[in-house]
Amino acid sequence: MRQIVAWFALIIMVAVLITGALLMHPFGYPPSDMDDYMIANSQAETANNNVVAAVLFDYRGLDTLGEATVLFTAVTGVLLLLRALKKKEKNP
Amino acid sequence: MLSKIVRTIANQLILFVLIFGLYVIMHGHVTPGGGFQGGAIVASGVVMLIVAFGSTEIKKSLRESHLSIVESGGALIFIGMAFAGMGTIFFYNFLVGTPFFGGIPPTGPNPGNVWTGGVIPLMNFAVGLKVIAGLSAVVLAMALFSSGEEMEE
Repeated sequence: MRQIVAWFALIIMVAVLITGALLMHPFGYPPSDMDDYMIANSQAETANNNVVAAVLFDYRGLDTLGEATVLFTAVTGVLLLLRALKKKEKNP
Repeated sequence: MLSKIVRTIANQLILFVLIFGLYVIMHGHVTPGGGFQGGAIVASGVVMLIVAFGSTEIKKSLRESHLSIVESGGALIFIGMAFAGMGTIFFYNFLVGTPFFGGIPPTGPNPGNVWTGGVIPLMNFAVGLKVIAGLSAVVLAMALFSSGEEMEE
């Protein structure tokens, strides 16, 4: 029973993903409204020549905040892990 | 520690690596690049030093506790800049139009000016500090661990 449900869920998920991929905007072919808006207005709104930087730090700033959080968590994890291993080595 | 030739070349080369990394960070709003990329360049310079001189030699001048402080400070500056525009909305570019990094470039292709971008150069700088300190701390910790050295508490 559980296997049937799992297969059913998998098929539904794959169908949704394939439908989403087929419905997606064609890559690079005519630019969407959002691209046009950002290319036309990023210099006036964010005083920024680099549209990529404007998108990263202004329009999609929350995404960059998450990226920075991921980096912070990774560094904290590595330092904690190596320190714990060193302590364990010293007095087993 | 590697041979004297490698150490001398690394000693000369680290200046150029640092200058290039800081250039990429501080021109992130004009040219391609930004905080993450420039920070990775500077951290690769630190990796070069660790390879050339050995982690015990680097440990004397580059402490992990200081690196942690710099990284947390970068994160705090970043979030602080985001909260400073809270009068309008989170991540609002409140410095546009002011004399401090606020010059608005003309629409369309132009030579570019460093004094533009609002909060974006400052955020690039904060993220650059964060990436420099974070990647250097990770690489230093791994080098110290693999060489069996005692890590600073």
